[in-house]
Amino acid sequence: MTEKELNQPGYEIPPELRNQVAVTTIDRIYNWSRRSSIWPMMFGLACCAIEMICTAASRFDLARFGMEVMRPSPRQADLLIVSGTVTKKMVPQIVRLYNQMPEPKYVIAMGACASGGGPFKEGYNVVSGIDNYIPVDVYIPGCPPTPQALLHGLITLQKKIDSQTLREARWYKKEVSEVIPVPVLGPDIMDPREYELIRQYSKQKSAAGATASAGADSNPTSTE
Amino acid sequence: MSEQMILTQTDLAERFPGKVRRDERKGYEGYIVEADALLQVAQTLRDEMGYDYLSSITGVDYLPDGYMESVYHFYRTTGGPALVLKVQTPRDHAVVPSLVSLYPGAEFQEREAWDLLGIRYEGHPDLRRILMWEGFAGHPLRKDWREPYYEEDAKPFKSRWPDGHVYRIEDKNPFHKNVDYPPDFDPDQWVADNDAALYASLAKIQSTLDSSLKTDTVIVNMGPQHPSTHGVFRMVVLLEGETVRALKPVMGYLHRNHEKIGERNTYIMNMPFTDRLDYLSSMSNNFGYALAVEKLMGIKPPERAEYLRVIMAEFTRISNHLFAIGSLLNDLGAYFTPMLYAIEERELILDIFEAVAGSRMMCNYFRFGGVARDLPEGVYEKMRDLAFERLPRRIDELDLYLTNNEIIRARCEGVGVLTPEQAIAFSASGPLLRASGVPYDIRRADPYSIYDRFEFDVAVRYHGDVYDRYLVRLDEIRQSIRILQQALRDLPQGPILAGKPQYQVRVPPGEAYGRVEAPKGELGFYVVSNGKPNPWRYHVRAPSFVNITALETMAKGNKVADVVAILGSIDIVLGELDR
Repeated sequence: MTEKELNQPGYEIPPELRNQVAVTTIDRIYNWSRRSSIWPMMFGLACCAIEMICTAASRFDLARFGMEVMRPSPRQADLLIVSGTVTKKMVPQIVRLYNQMPEPKYVIAMGACASGGGPFKEGYNVVSGIDNYIPVDVYIPGCPPTPQALLHGLITLQKKIDSQTLREARWYKKEVSEVIPVPVLGPDIMDPREYELIRQYSKQKSAAGATASAGADSNPTSTE
Repeated sequence: MSEQMILTQTDLAERFPGKVRRDERKGYEGYIVEADALLQVAQTLRDEMGYDYLSSITGVDYLPDGYMESVYHFYRTTGGPALVLKVQTPRDHAVVPSLVSLYPGAEFQEREAWDLLGIRYEGHPDLRRILMWEGFAGHPLRKDWREPYYEEDAKPFKSRWPDGHVYRIEDKNPFHKNVDYPPDFDPDQWVADNDAALYASLAKIQSTLDSSLKTDTVIVNMGPQHPSTHGVFRMVVLLEGETVRALKPVMGYLHRNHEKIGERNTYIMNMPFTDRLDYLSSMSNNFGYALAVEKLMGIKPPERAEYLRVIMAEFTRISNHLFAIGSLLNDLGAYFTPMLYAIEERELILDIFEAVAGSRMMCNYFRFGGVARDLPEGVYEKMRDLAFERLPRRIDELDLYLTNNEIIRARCEGVGVLTPEQAIAFSASGPLLRASGVPYDIRRADPYSIYDRFEFDVAVRYHGDVYDRYLVRLDEIRQSIRILQQALRDLPQGPILAGKPQYQVRVPPGEAYGRVEAPKGELGFYVVSNGKPNPWRYHVRAPSFVNITALETMAKGNKVADVVAILGSIDIVLGELDR
């Protein structure tokens, strides 16, 4: 641990105790240890996952940041790197994985698809950005982002962790943190928080269909 | 061979008068078969004419003419061009007999055509949706089906045109996201049981297990979040103790609507999308698509471009096989060390791609009638160094450390056996087919580009187990290095693109099936043009998708830990499996 980062107590430390005693704040030492051992989840979705593997391999080497311990289980992971196109069929699993991660947890949207749908945005099975369902801490642009870009994103996340304080951290609040309801696969993907809206929309649509003489509308699933 | 072809072709129409007729449409080939005669014709093809390999099945929705078409591409495993059959069926009642009883490799492809186009294959043993979930509204590849973010039928969209008004499509959707619901739908009444049909089909198998010894079976889900399924692939395994009795692959978790988007795109717009199919070998994907469209357009790239294409495709094969070997070892439990060695070499190849195409993975390098850019300075020397010096040495090193490793042999030999007959019946391709003793390599069997000029051997092994698949990949890397050495030696100077570069190519009406020997197997692109700037139908015959049909047969009777190794030996990539 470098002196500069930790040892800024605002007190005079006697010369004989220097380099043996460190005076710091809880926030600082707590964040320092968290940021230096982020365990990402071993969770690849698409093309970006290959670049994530390359980042973990010897040339770029995630271990330099203390992040080489990739865990396949969400229970042991701090960081969810959403690396690739998020499809409607996959969203329920991603939300479930996110819910299973213990606090404090972070999410990185890696690449254009995870950030906003990317080149596949208009696809019928593609979600335009994982932030429609779970909160995202860092977005990394690119298709796919190069390993350097991913590293930059991870460093950005470390900076974010540095700036957090225990007093405001949501995982130390008394209220239980809210579990995100898992989306349901219906005729299209359904967010349980939006059922009322879906019902209204569907009613409106059938009313509009009845007035505009159903025969003219050859395409029952189109939106206008 | 060509004389024989003509013979058999004339035979077919005469042999089934009234049932089979030639496809007379301009730019089309093959025969149109009446639905009720399909099984009979297919049986004749397989048993009498030697067309034992059913490469691709897909459907086309001819909306203006009011019918659907189921398209079949048959090949002989001894080599030669395709025989194309088509069955036409009305749109509102699309029913075609299933070919699964004759060609088991049709199973997943027919399910896909049912899922996306709504063609019902009668007699299919397990006709469920495959890429979308059970309960999804509609068959999305039908031409009158519109996605929630629908803007116009074909690109370029007016909203993105310079003098048009640009808007965000989210703002037009009441939910501000990519969803849509049918009228009179109540979400509270919806019973979400997307896997009911899947478990029902497993239960059927469960009840037929012979029970001389009374044991309990258990159903285990592996994936879609699992460290050894190579992405978001899911296997539902029926276990008796630790032994696999049945296995159902579940896919579609990365189904990103490649074909629907491809049919809205113009031809050249699809090139970068093909990169993202098999994202470990984007150059090969470019190759297949370029070949298919060039076939339609009737153009040929200049010499230097042909050589550059072959060089890039073979480098891709090496990098893909390195990755495949590395991850197979990962799956066997040699956690990450062999992978690190493999990735190290792969990075050097990616450096070349980055220098040539501008991107490490998504190269987007091929154009219709050539390639996008010539080699920048210094790259040729780098490629020579790799092909002549570094790669041969490093492959020998891998070979030395891995091939005779006791644990690898114990885990791989005799595991996941696929006999040559099974491999052909399941339409397996690539290393999976060749490890089973079938010397079928499209570069030799139906040569494309300039592969007929190079000296190389088709890598074949004869046991059909995981170990042989690993060995075939090593052999193929060596053969690729041979091709590279010849191509780099002969690389001529000259133009790299036939004609001028253009954004909008003119493609005459017709159909074309372009296929290449991609690192994972036969990669085919079926493109139908109606003369407009966008393809009317754009289908990808992905090797991973078809190869996975054989997974259950290979896995049955093995222990659950071996299933991971067997899956690793097929070498799937989800981008292309789900498309």
